[in-house]
Amino acid sequence: MEFNQRLYKRRQRANTIGLTLSMGAMVLGLFVLLWILSVLFSNGLAALDWNMFTQSTPAPGTDGGGLANAIVGSLMMVGFSVLVSTPIGIFAGVYLAEYGDTSKTAELTRFVTDIMLSAPSIVLGLFVYAIAVATLGNFSGWAGSLALSLIAVPVVVRTTENMLRLVPGSLREAAFALGAPRWKVATLVTLRAAKSGVMTGLLLAVARISGETAPLLFTALNNQFFSTDMGAPMANLPVVIFQFALSPYDNWIRLAWGGALLITLSVLALNIVARVFLREKKAG
Amino acid sequence: MSVGTTMSSKSAPAESGNPSMVSIAKRQRIEDIVFHRVTQGFSLLVLVALMGIIISLFINAWPAFQKFGLGFVWRVEWDVVNEEFGAAIAIVGTLASAGIALLIAVPLAFGIALFLTENCPVWLRRPLGTAVELLAAVPSIIYGMFGLFVFAPLFADHVQPGLQGLLGSMPLIGPLFGGATNGIGILAAGIVLAFMVLPFIAAVMRDVFEIVPPILRESAYGLGCTTWEVVRRVVLPYTQKGVIGGIMLGLGRALGETMAVTFVIGNANRLPTSLFSPGTSIASTLANEFGEAADFHLSTLFALGFLLFVITFIVLSAAKIMLLRAEKAKGL
Repeated sequence: MEFNQRLYKRRQRANTIGLTLSMGAMVLGLFVLLWILSVLFSNGLAALDWNMFTQSTPAPGTDGGGLANAIVGSLMMVGFSVLVSTPIGIFAGVYLAEYGDTSKTAELTRFVTDIMLSAPSIVLGLFVYAIAVATLGNFSGWAGSLALSLIAVPVVVRTTENMLRLVPGSLREAAFALGAPRWKVATLVTLRAAKSGVMTGLLLAVARISGETAPLLFTALNNQFFSTDMGAPMANLPVVIFQFALSPYDNWIRLAWGGALLITLSVLALNIVARVFLREKKAG
Repeated sequence: MSVGTTMSSKSAPAESGNPSMVSIAKRQRIEDIVFHRVTQGFSLLVLVALMGIIISLFINAWPAFQKFGLGFVWRVEWDVVNEEFGAAIAIVGTLASAGIALLIAVPLAFGIALFLTENCPVWLRRPLGTAVELLAAVPSIIYGMFGLFVFAPLFADHVQPGLQGLLGSMPLIGPLFGGATNGIGILAAGIVLAFMVLPFIAAVMRDVFEIVPPILRESAYGLGCTTWEVVRRVVLPYTQKGVIGGIMLGLGRALGETMAVTFVIGNANRLPTSLFSPGTSIASTLANEFGEAADFHLSTLFALGFLLFVITFIVLSAAKIMLLRAEKAKGL
């Protein structure tokens, strides 16, 4: 009896220690998130003013300046890459969901897509440099956009496929029973039913690529001046943040914090909106 | 879906029926075939991109591989002026920082996943899970800035001297904690990377913990197991493959991460002698030197990129295979 008591005590102690440590890990994780956010807010808010949105990046050693050229450049490159990756991602996702059960190529594609989701983004930058910058002879917004698309497509493909698979089979069967051809079932029935899920995928893709720095370093490069010419080197927030944060100028570092706050807020907002989209769908 | 194949091919009621219906059926069949091929073409683009990446990296890296052969991988040299290059310094830095990151992140991720699945009040599960996912969404450059401006000074002032005082004079591991304590180096990079991959690993672990059939858990509780015992002896063995898959996924991310590492690793082309000394990783070498490189130097950087891609490809494939197996086990 006494032995049992001792064993029981020991098991209980192990349990308490294990669970306390796990709670500690959770607290630490939350602490890191809050710490990063608070650092961002305290440093970023100081830099946030109207000039940030109206003036272009300052030259070395000059005062003031803003991030207008970088903001516009980022928006344009992300925008074009969404335009490119949306049709590719959605069609590929439809293929994987509608025809992907039986074919070996589909299985391989799914596997490769999942790997591309986590592939080192700097290598994608190298690839785009090799095919688009080295061959054409100059850095350009198009090249940056292409590099971002390589990251966005796998995100869209996988979410589209997963969302299409959530559409009940009976809906497909009902449409087939009415004599609808397969392409109509896929586009007008299942894709429409999964609309909000697919939107979620697009939002997540935008969130993912808006913060990507590495693939833009040797594709879009940077541009000190305001430019909307996608054929020329283009300023963009992540690369500007990277260069300014490592610079010796105080106002550059301040702008880097401002840009960092801007990017993080938009990425987190996109993530939250995507989640709300998805939850509404589940509720409906 | 298999229903579709049979249905659509018979979407015409009968071949002998109304001629207009026959023509509609024929048209729809052609449309279906076109649709099939078009969507297939788009999905093949992913495979084409992968092949393109491997081939173009290899072609551009060829001059470097030609000159140094396989020895490129373990040559300890990075001399831009004399064009003597080897990947060993960058590979050591990459593996060391990723290894440190996993040593820190894996236990923490396990704790978070355990807390979220077993111990957390139900109403808190969703907000806390979302918080972890948001941490994963923070762009890596933010981790880099945070590491350089906030973490490194604190680390230099409060943690490094302590570690050095405590462990620096010990035999064997002492030298690991030697050198200048300026907050930047392999260990700092590893810790910042750990913060970064922690949410990825935690999210995968939580997902695989959730697929454990409730009946297994409940039977263990019914036998009088404590929560800790249920997790250690039932959940963990059951989800082993998924957990390993999640860890490999985190490793893949850590190996290829550029920004979070570049800011804090110190970017020195020397073999690190201690955990505090600056080093470089493959990704941060690329980020720092590619813009100014030309000719042969460029080719060696492509060779580094090729190595990085191959290494991460293998790690991520292994992760994916593990996770697929874990998913299959779900059916049992």
